[in-house]
Amino acid sequence: MCLGIPAKVLEVNDNIALVDYGGGVKKKVDCSLVPDIKPGEYVIVHAGAIIERISKEDYEETMKILMELLKYSK
Amino acid sequence: MTHLELTKPFQSRELAKAIVKKINKLSVELSKKGFEKINIMHVCGTHEHTITYYGLRALLPENINVIAGPGCPVCIVPAREIDEAIKLAKEGIRIFTYGDMYRVPGSYEGLSQAKAQGARVTIVYGFLDAIRLAQKSEEETVFFGVGFETTAPTTASFIVNNKVPKNLSILMSYRITVPAVEYILSAPHNLNGIICPGHVSTIIGAGAWSFISEKYELPTVVAGFEPIDVLLAILYILEQLINGKAELINEYKRVVKWEGNQVAKKYLSEAFMVADRDWRGIGVIPNSGWLLNDKYDYLDAREKFNVKIDKWIDIKGSCKCADVVLGRAIPTDCPYFGTSCTPQHPIGACMVSSEGTCSIWYKYGGHMIRKMRKDINTEGI
Ligand code: SF4
Repeated sequence: MCLGIPAKVLEVNDNIALVDYGGGVKKKVDCSLVPDIKPGEYVIVHAGAIIERISKEDYEETMKILMELLKYSK
Repeated sequence: MTHLELTKPFQSRELAKAIVKKINKLSVELSKKGFEKINIMHVCGTHEHTITYYGLRALLPENINVIAGPGCPVCIVPAREIDEAIKLAKEGIRIFTYGDMYRVPGSYEGLSQAKAQGARVTIVYGFLDAIRLAQKSEEETVFFGVGFETTAPTTASFIVNNKVPKNLSILMSYRITVPAVEYILSAPHNLNGIICPGHVSTIIGAGAWSFISEKYELPTVVAGFEPIDVLLAILYILEQLINGKAELINEYKRVVKWEGNQVAKKYLSEAFMVADRDWRGIGVIPNSGWLLNDKYDYLDAREKFNVKIDKWIDIKGSCKCADVVLGRAIPTDCPYFGTSCTPQHPIGACMVSSEGTCSIWYKYGGHMIRKMRKDINTEGI
């Protein structure tokens, strides 16, 4: 039940955000736990609410670690 | 870019191969160092889903044992609280519940059976749905508030922001994972490392788990939910074991901050108070749940409708659900698994929820892995 689904924020209006799950699926969710969220950001949605944003910098940092791993395994 | 593209690298076969290669190497070194078996516990149903669905156990060397711990918030709700919801629903009060909770058996029946007999039960996706539906009528309604740290803050935020309509109250069943993990670690155990739940950590912060590495001296990794996340967590634990270290690593940095979600934490402490609560078939775990703060007493469904259940049945027959939740048994240890207990006819709660270990093993064949390992040589994969 702690399943969180990544999504992209399309609109934000008074603590309600319209998010895009990809594949044409969009839904209005609560964003009072991440009140400063902006359209264009990626987030994790859980049980109808955004619980956190996906940090671009940290995502890229993890990708670097993964690429290194791949490089040295060859 | 869509979320599908975001998660893709974390499902890469190439990367999985590279990580498994390292894991294999380390496991050989560890057995040379005297580690006969390396027991790694995770505490999240979504982790178990990833591990079983992607068949990760089959990729791991024999001496690495990944154990499912208390990671299913639906599985641990005592039958008493389900009985309370059923009682209210039968009295004509509309109960809003998550779909996962709908079919979990109480002492005698679940909400789904009660509904078939005319009780008022509506499945919702979240608290926001319950608020919207309650606003549409004057009837008395109750939200069955089930979940861990990930789920509770949304309810708390609506309470604090005064957005709960007068005809909606809450049946509080929220539980806290950290004390449950401490409950397991403070008893005798044979664990060598812990994988912490990413989305619970989103709220409470990676730092909330530092007691595992500091007090219990176990390598600890906060991990995400794609197969690469889980494999990395295992790798990070093995690396620590080789180096004789016990540290807390945050693998899921892209989502989890060290201090967590401060806004959510503030809502939680304003709306709720921490209390000793019982877990289904396990008993009371100190400080392991939330109840409404005195200020919000008027939202408490138990008080409002004076519902009280004195006798209830958590565990039926030889169901091993409580041991499965605590990581002390695996589903196939249970005589009912796949015979008299199936997702269509569940005996215990672990066979119902999509996060329950029994249900996951039944659906995705987790029980086959041991046999498969013997039949197929997975070395070098
Ligand atoms: S298989 Fe069914 S009866 Fe056995 S432990 Fe799991 S839920 Fe309980």
